[in-house]
Order: sequence, then C-alpha cells, then structure tokens
Amino acid sequence: MHITQGTFSHLPDLTDDEIRAQVQYALDQGWPLSVEFTDDPHPRNTYWEMWGLPMFDLHDAAGVLFEVNECRKAYPGHYIRVDAYDAAKGRQTIALSFLVNRPAAEPGFRLDRQEISDRQVRYTTHSYATGRPAGQRYPDPWP
Amino acid sequence: MTEDATASSAGSGGTTPRGRWHAGVMPYAEMGYWRPDYEPKDTDVLAAFRVTPQPGVPAEEAGAAVAGESSTATWTVVWTDRLTDYENYQGKCYSVEPVPGAEGQYIARIAYDIDLFEEGSVANLTSSIIGNVFGFKALKALRLEDMRIPLHYVKTFQGPAHGIVTEREYLNKYGRPLLGATTKPKLGLSARNYGRVVYEALRGGLDFTKDDENINSQPFMRWRDRFLFTMEAVNRAQAATGEIKGHYLNVTAATMEDMYERAEFAKELGSVIVMVDLTAGYTAIQSMAKWARRNGVLLHLHRAGHATYTRQKAHGVSFRVIAKWMRLAGVDHIHAGTVVGKLEGDPNAIAGYYDTLRLPYTAPDPVKGLYFGQDWGSMPGTMPVASGGIHAGQMHQLLHYLGEDVILQFGGGTIGHPMGIAAGATANRVAVEAMIKARNEGRDLLAEGRDILRAAAKRSRELDVALATWGDITFDYESTDVPDAVATPVTL
Amino acid sequence: MAVNDSGRGARMAFGARPAASVPAEETAPPERPLTDGDVVNLAEERQRSGVDEVLGALDEELVGLAPVKARIRQIAALLLVDSARTRFGLTTTRPNLHMCFTGEPGTGKTTVALRMADLLKRLGYLERGHLVAVGREDLVGQYVGHTAPKTKEVLKRAMGGVLFIDEAYYLYRAENERDYGQESIEILLQVMENQRQDLVVILAGYKDRMDTFFQANPGMSSRIAHHIDFPGYTLEELGQIGTLMLGQAGYQLSPAACATFLDYLTRRREQPRFANARSVRNAVERARLRHASRLFDSHATQVSRDDLTRLEPEDFLASRVFQQPAERGSPSA
Repeated sequence: MHITQGTFSHLPDLTDDEIRAQVQYALDQGWPLSVEFTDDPHPRNTYWEMWGLPMFDLHDAAGVLFEVNECRKAYPGHYIRVDAYDAAKGRQTIALSFLVNRPAAEPGFRLDRQEISDRQVRYTTHSYATGRPAGQRYPDPWP
Repeated sequence: MTEDATASSAGSGGTTPRGRWHAGVMPYAEMGYWRPDYEPKDTDVLAAFRVTPQPGVPAEEAGAAVAGESSTATWTVVWTDRLTDYENYQGKCYSVEPVPGAEGQYIARIAYDIDLFEEGSVANLTSSIIGNVFGFKALKALRLEDMRIPLHYVKTFQGPAHGIVTEREYLNKYGRPLLGATTKPKLGLSARNYGRVVYEALRGGLDFTKDDENINSQPFMRWRDRFLFTMEAVNRAQAATGEIKGHYLNVTAATMEDMYERAEFAKELGSVIVMVDLTAGYTAIQSMAKWARRNGVLLHLHRAGHATYTRQKAHGVSFRVIAKWMRLAGVDHIHAGTVVGKLEGDPNAIAGYYDTLRLPYTAPDPVKGLYFGQDWGSMPGTMPVASGGIHAGQMHQLLHYLGEDVILQFGGGTIGHPMGIAAGATANRVAVEAMIKARNEGRDLLAEGRDILRAAAKRSRELDVALATWGDITFDYESTDVPDAVATPVTL
Repeated sequence: MAVNDSGRGARMAFGARPAASVPAEETAPPERPLTDGDVVNLAEERQRSGVDEVLGALDEELVGLAPVKARIRQIAALLLVDSARTRFGLTTTRPNLHMCFTGEPGTGKTTVALRMADLLKRLGYLERGHLVAVGREDLVGQYVGHTAPKTKEVLKRAMGGVLFIDEAYYLYRAENERDYGQESIEILLQVMENQRQDLVVILAGYKDRMDTFFQANPGMSSRIAHHIDFPGYTLEELGQIGTLMLGQAGYQLSPAACATFLDYLTRRREQPRFANARSVRNAVERARLRHASRLFDSHATQVSRDDLTRLEPEDFLASRVFQQPAERGSPSA
C-alpha cells in the first residue's frame, strides 16, 4: 500500500535534489522548516514526533537536508515528513508538507465497521502497524 | 425644520421654488438623496450601482432615486418623515460618474448609515439594498456592482464556519489546491451506484466528491439512502489511501427543519462536510453556517441560480457582491469561476472574486472590478471552488490564474476517463502535484506548463491517457461581463 | 488491491539519485568533458565571475595588507583555474577551502572573511555567500547535551556560506576535563570533512595561540587548506586608515593636525591593548567629539563649511595618550 499523505505523494518519491528544491522554495518565502517522524500514519494523527525544533534563520537547504538524513539514519523504517510554517497574518499555519521517507513495506489500514440501528454503520480506520508495539511496527517483509 | 433651511439641503442643483415638506411629488435629488458634498463615514455601508436611466432622466436624479428607494423614500412627500431623524437614515448618493465608452450608463455611489441594518443579518442587508429598487420605472437597467461593508458591520457576522486555514488543518492537506468532482450523470443513479462513483473517485486521488445542486431527495434516490451508501464509500476510500476524504452531502430541502434533519444525519455518519444550494435562501444559508460551526462540519455552497442575475453587465447583481454576502453569511466553500472552463468568467473579474473571498483586505482595483476597498478584519477566507468543464490538461493555467487556495473540480474530467474513474482521479492528482512541484522549483507555468504535464505523464499512464483524450479542449467565447477598466500596457 | 497502480514499476526509494529507469530526456544530459581539441576562454570566465570586482573592493576598503591581498588573489586564481580543469575532467574532487586567519585584532580579518564569502559565491563554490560570525559561547553549551544542538544549529545557519569562528582556540581547554568545547570541535571536524560542498569554515585569532591549538588538535590542522597571516600596520598605514575613515565621515585634517595625529598614533601603539584599525576608529570618533565640543563652546556666530570639516591639533592633544609619555599605564582615551 502507498499512503498518499503530503503534498507530493502521488508523484514518484522525491530525490534528495528535488527535496532540496522544495526546501529552498520554502526558505525563499521566509518559512521555517521542521522535520517530523511517526510510525502511526493514521489520517487523523496530526502530531508526529518532532525531530528537533523548527529550523529558523536558515539560508540554504543544506541544513535541512542534513537533519532529514540524520532522521533517516535514526528511524529508517518510519514515515518522515518536512513541514514549512507560514507565520503571516491571516495564515499562521503550515504552508507545505511532504513525505521524505517511508517504511519499506506499508501494511496500510483496515476499515472496522460497527453495525448499529437500521442500516447505519460506525466506521473506524485502523492502522495495521499500530497493532504492534512501538519499535516493531514495520518489519520488512510484513509477516 | 423651516422651509428655508431645507432648501439648502437640496444639493448643488437649483433651489426649490416651494418648501421641502409641501405635499406632492418632488425630485429625489431635492429631497436630500443627492449629496455630492457628503463624505462617507468609516461606518457607512457603501454601494456602487451601474445605473442606466430612462431617456430624459438626469443621472443625478437616477442616482438619488436609487439611494432613496433603497432607503427611506417613497414616490411622494410624506409628513411622517418629520417624525424621524430622516437626514441620518437617508441613503446619500455622493457620486455619479459616466462609464467611459458606454453611452447612457453611470456608476452611482451611495452611502447608507450603519443603523439601517440589523446586525449579523444577510437577509436584512440584501433586502435593504436590492429589495425594492430594481423594478423602478425611471431606470432602464440597474446593477449592483460592488459594496463596501464597514469593518464595524463585518464584525457582527459569524463569517466562514471554518475558513481556509482551519479547513486545511482539519484535512491535514497543505501546499496544493484540493481536488473534487461532481458525480455524473447528475440525475438518475441509484444510491448504491452513486456510492460506487464516489468510492472510485476518492480512492483514485481526489479529496472530495460532490452532490450536484439538484440532487436533494428524489424518487430515484432518497437522501437517507444516498448518505448511507456515500459514507460507506468515503470511509473505504479513506482506509485505502490513508488520507481524509469527504463527499459534499447536499442537505438542501423544502423546509429548514428538513435541512437540519439531513445535516444532523450527515454529521452522525461522520461526514466532514455538507452542502447547501444558493436557492435555499440567505436565511437558510446563514442558519446552516451557524450549525456548521457549532457541529464542526465544513459547509459547501453551490451558487445555484446565480447566473440568472449575475451574468448581464447592465442589469442584476454582480457576483462579487454575492461572494461578499456569502463570506459574511459563513460558507466555507463557494463556486467562483474557472476562467478556462465551460462557464462564464472573465479572468480579471474572476481574480476580483477570488481576492474578495480569500484575502483579509482588498484595495480598490478597477482592472479587477473592485470599486471599493474592503477590510474583513480577521474573518477567515472562504475557499473558492472552480468547477465546470476543466480538465488536467489545463492544470498550468488553472494554477496560474487561480492560485493554490482553491478547490478544482473535474466532474467530466474524472468520470469520463477512458481507463475508469479512479484513473481519472489519479490523472488529476498527479497533474496538480506535478504542477505545484514545478512552480516551487521556479518554473514558468504558462510557458512550460505543457512540458511539465508531459514530463509528469511519462511517469503516470493515467495522466498520459487523460492528456491524449482531452488535450487541447478549451472554451473560448467572449465574456458577457468584463470590467470597464483595462490595464494599459506599460511597455510596448 | 493496489491503490496507485500507475505502472511505475519498481518504486525508487526516497533520496536516491534518479535511476537508469528514468527516461533519458528527463534528466539534463551531463556536460561531456572537454577533450584535447577544445579550449576554454579563461579571460571571459574571469570576467563573468565578477572576481575582479571583489578584489577591487578589497583593495579599496583595506589599507596595506599586501601579502594578504596577494594570497587572496592567488586563491581566486586557483579556484578559477580549477573550474576550468574540472571541465576537462582533470579534477573531480572539490578543493578544500577551509582557512585560518591569524593576526592582531583590528587587522581586517572579518572584513576579508566577508569578501571571501562573496568571492566563493561568485566562483560557484558556495550557494548563498553569507557570513555567520560566532565565538565560543555560540558553539559550546553549559551542561551535558547542550553543545551538540547548539553547534549544529550554528552550522545549519551557516550552510551555503562561510562560518567565521573568532578566537577559535577558546574551544579547546585542555586543563578542564569537564569542558564541552571538545564536543564542538568533533562536530566541526566531521562537517568540515563531510560537507565541504555546503560550508566553508574560517578560524581566526592570535597566531601563537592558534599554533598551540593546532598542535593539540592535529585533526583540525589537517583540515585547514590556507593559513593567512595578517601583519600589523605600519605607522604610515595607520595614518592612511585614519585619513580614509575621516574622509568617509566627511572630515579632513589641517596640516598641523596631520602631524599631531601621527604623533598620537605613535604613542598609542606603544600602549597596551592597541587594536590596530579599531583603535584608529575610536580615535577618530573621539576627535569628532572634541571638534564638536570646540565649536559648541566657542559660541561662534559664523561657522563655515571649512570649520565644520576641519580637525585641528587640539582635537587630538586633549587625549590622555599625550599625558603619559611612553608609560605603560591605563589605556588611552
């Protein structure tokens, strides 16, 4: 399965050069960047773990790539994304967010249905990975 | 008020031979509705009307008549006026300018005191301004071009239930336009088959699918069945892709009570968004906006029926005014034009609509047809929706004209894809992501757009087939509503 | 049931270089290396890079420092020629650009570092060409675990440009085993080695202390490609610097004041904590104050342009420097 979260998830996975170009675009707009990772990719999981604080005052994308690669080394089997923050009035939210790493095997989600009255169903999206404890969530190949 | 004092308030025209309060008919301009010396207050509501007087009616009188008939006047002098502070409540026409190049047309600007309007009521605002004056015989044609809503009055409205920023945070989708599609055919599908279209389009890569404006609850598909099958499809697609999906469930109904019932059900089923048609009426829309904010559900507005009065240049209400009213009313999405699609829209006018919906402040700009500056304070922006005859092959133009905070809807462009609905959805998603990526890398979208699409199509068969199918279709007719001003080129 | 079956085939992992599966016309064709028949127009390359502008600015801004200027010129030439050599496929590795500037304070080290950043950007060795100037306190933390993030943050800010570390030897304190400076040095060494394309490091400080530092840290020494010493200024050069500064500020010295100024400099040089160009700047500022006070106290009714710009001997003689002839006492006024 191939989770399609993030701005560029339907394109082939970005090369480091392409990541650099996007990061430089964000820096040129004055947006600080942040690297985050998670092993729980549920669509409602807003808060991934932060790999260090957002990086303010950078001029060149090399600094961000450095952190991305450090994060990849530390968590090679996690989802990692880069977020750019726009602090301008009226916005004050994330301007750009895209994935820069995925586990080798993505098991995806299961739709759990709870049937209630008449024909109604209560749905829950359940992530297969979170069925296992943290640290063992993405064995490759998936057993 | 003595007769002598009132004679001087009749404006720069000649003095009246008889007093202001003598019974009988008197020109509006002399009743105080024509006030070229008046300085509009920051708290005044301002309106700009395009006036085409009947032959023989002077422009100032026409402007004054509009001011009068949209505020306190009637066709003859009435003594009861003198029981009020009528000078305050009169609409004041403070400027009348001929339109260059259009014989017999004038732009009249009118100021209304803020006390004329009920706080936070779109219905009252509209009844006041357009409720009475448009049928007036002395005018051959009349169009409300633009309004300035003072910030003091803006603050009495809820505004968008969520707005662009909160919507993106809710959906966790940033940095690109959102994508949608209306289920086709518009009418006739059964509930189960309808859900199939929704599932395929969403799992293929669209963020939203949409009920069309005339899908409410008909014999071939009742609303409750549609909601149940649609939510099954939405949740399946969410689990299949790992991203939040939605379908605009149309809750428009015959009565408000029915609308609430349908909206509540949609919420119970877990839908992130519901939809309402403009034809439901301003009061219903405002009620739904309040409900939407209270219940955490996005509210999409289809501007059904607007083109009956927004399209002709001489008569009606400009869409930019409707857009302002709807932002005040509190919808999160509103259809606002595509520029390159099958429905009417001049690029500059549409740029004006988009700015009006999205920005916290717009300056007056004759090229975009914005007659007044408009300050929205911190009211969130309403997400504009571009829908109607657009396809993936136009992605570069769409991004260039419309920007990033927009929902692009490709109904036929998704469902008509030769490889199937999901493939159509994927083609659109790949195209928009590739275009955003290229824009961020600094490429010129208009010049290189086709190359960018072709390069992306090499990695995506779906997009390749889409481009081959629709490639060069464009709709190019002369627009019926173009702003009066055109920017003169600075360099030759 | 696959969701995104777009026929991509094997999915390329993130971060990988574009593989051979990518169609050829997609990626820009690599420039083929020049061969024996080809020639490079070095003069044109030189002009296009704007190197002469930077060297010219350096000449104008800084008085004296002839050996330093010559060295910078040589480095610029080396880099330009290296670019040309790369095009012939002769050199494949990027040259080591890290440097060490030694000399007394106020001898122009920071100014030259700034110009160097600009030069490297113009020659294509740095992306942004900005300068980040730091000292020990910016790199080293106060408690365990504090140093690494601090140093890394500084490094990231400097990427694309030059990191200028003043009095770099303070990073190393052999006598204090609880000192965290060593950690900072390790991180610097790693980045100086592995990310040469992203960053150039320039260390600066007194020559003797830098020598001690390098002896204790041979790893650091081996990573520095260019050692440039900034000699102190001669008396005449100091005088020139002063005149230049005064000229920029819109003042000139009367003939008598010229001699007094040189006398002042001679005496000040002997005194402790003489910081070359910086001390000259301070002297100039003080003279301006005295000049202004002089005019103020004179209650003059007719002050000409000449009066407003001309400095007289008394504007310098009031300094304490003149009250302590050849004595090693408190610092000058």
